[in-house]
Amino acid sequence: MTAVTATETVAATADIRKRGRLVFAATIIVLCAWVLAPIYLLVVNALSSPDQVNAFPKSFVPGFETDSIAFFMGFAGVAKALFNSILVACITMALSIGLGAPAGYALSRFEFRGKGVFRIMVLMTRAFPLPLLALPLAVLFIRTGLDDTALGLALVHTTLALPFAVLITFSLFSGIPVELEEAAWTLGCTRVQAFRKVVLPLVLPGIAASAVFAFVISWNEVFAAAVLTIENRTLTAFLLQNLDVSPLHLKFAGGAVLVVPALIFIFAVRKYLFAMWGIANR
Amino acid sequence: MQQRTLPYLLLLPATLFLCVFFIYPFLLVAWQAVSQDGALTLEHFRTMAGHWKFSTAFWNTMLLALAVVPVQLALALFMAALVTRMGAGRDVILYIWTIPLGISDLAAGIIWLAIFEQTGFLNSILSSLGVIDQPVTWLGYQDKATIFLAVVLAELWRATAIVLVILVAGMGLIPKEYYEAAEVFGAGPWKRFVRITLPLLRPSIQTALILRTILAFEVFAVVAALGGTNLPVLMGETYQWQFALQDRHVAAAYALVILAISIAFTLVFLRTLRVPKEAQV
Repeated sequence: MTAVTATETVAATADIRKRGRLVFAATIIVLCAWVLAPIYLLVVNALSSPDQVNAFPKSFVPGFETDSIAFFMGFAGVAKALFNSILVACITMALSIGLGAPAGYALSRFEFRGKGVFRIMVLMTRAFPLPLLALPLAVLFIRTGLDDTALGLALVHTTLALPFAVLITFSLFSGIPVELEEAAWTLGCTRVQAFRKVVLPLVLPGIAASAVFAFVISWNEVFAAAVLTIENRTLTAFLLQNLDVSPLHLKFAGGAVLVVPALIFIFAVRKYLFAMWGIANR
Repeated sequence: MQQRTLPYLLLLPATLFLCVFFIYPFLLVAWQAVSQDGALTLEHFRTMAGHWKFSTAFWNTMLLALAVVPVQLALALFMAALVTRMGAGRDVILYIWTIPLGISDLAAGIIWLAIFEQTGFLNSILSSLGVIDQPVTWLGYQDKATIFLAVVLAELWRATAIVLVILVAGMGLIPKEYYEAAEVFGAGPWKRFVRITLPLLRPSIQTALILRTILAFEVFAVVAALGGTNLPVLMGETYQWQFALQDRHVAAAYALVILAISIAFTLVFLRTLRVPKEAQV
């Protein structure tokens, strides 16, 4: 009698555990669908012809037509906006790593007076709505001839990306033992040589990841881009400007073009994403 | 000697850059907001506050932040807790969940427009289910409530990933021994979450809340894509004053309002979620 109930309870707990695992898996799948479904729907729209996009009710399977994308790419100003977006993002990438990496190195390797002040200044940038910087800079840029240029916008985007670059490179350099560098010094390397031959090869992948991150920040930015560019619009500024006037298929094709590079980039830096934020917390 | 000056030389470019392009512009925008032809004035703030859209924009922005940020934090905590219990496939799931991190707010707005517009996917589903005969207008100028809901959904979809990343990174820093000890003493999963994870995650929660709240006050492109100017928000009004109404001073006044609420909330989070130095992991 007791043996029977014992097996029953064992079976029951196994049953509960199984059900628990099922609920667990189902929750994860639902959350994945929540993230992926909207992107899928955008892709459906982007890969359908303009007529299919404006039809009702809509098909949930793409028509696999390239008309919408072709129409978008051929639309006046799109090619130039795409070029501008890439140009601004590349300048932002170069500036934020060029300025941020030395600072990150200094923070990780030296104890010096004013270190705290600098760290606070970097962290403070987070408490500020940075795109608003575009407003006063618009006036300043007109005076200095930087208005409506890729460089001018890239400077604003660099203020967004620089704090990240500093904190990420700080964590990268901190992860490399000073002893390695010191060993190189004792073997006759100068400080610069030791950095180039020992530290740089080790941090290069991480630096590349934070450069990609800077690129994405600039590529996605809307407000400052819309405020600071008029003739030389970036893709986001171009799309924002034409929201009221452009037909649906143009919007969706534009949205898809905005999303695709971002997906690739996040995939490229996925390994570093959590390491970046683990340290950036501090 | 070189040892002494080297760190300063390395910091110099970044410091100069931040002074010129971060600190100076903020002084400039503050001056723009309170001056007219070189004289101090509060006229721009009066113009701003007197405009009928100001209080709507202010409260819309506040309500959006209030509707989005707490749900986002709860959802991200839930997702992060799931992540810690995952075995195989953890990396794939994490990649999928962090995809929206790379998507711009404008693209997110356009994505949700594909769902909510009149010939969009929501209406298509509803009509194939026979719930509606005619496509419903969800985002018309009279549908403030549905526009608000669409913006909330788009923001939840887009920006929960950043909170998740911060929390997962933070959970990685909590020593495993604490959980093992708790298990030995018979604490269940829920108790371990409340008694260990939550308190030790406080710095991460603080970072995430500050970041997300400030970004929520900056909400702009999602609203522009989904509602046009039908749902005024502070950032959108700033843009309107800068361009459509061509008044930089009032735009600057708006900027100061956004700045003020951002700093106020940052200070609140810094204070209420403060972690004493000796209690840090």
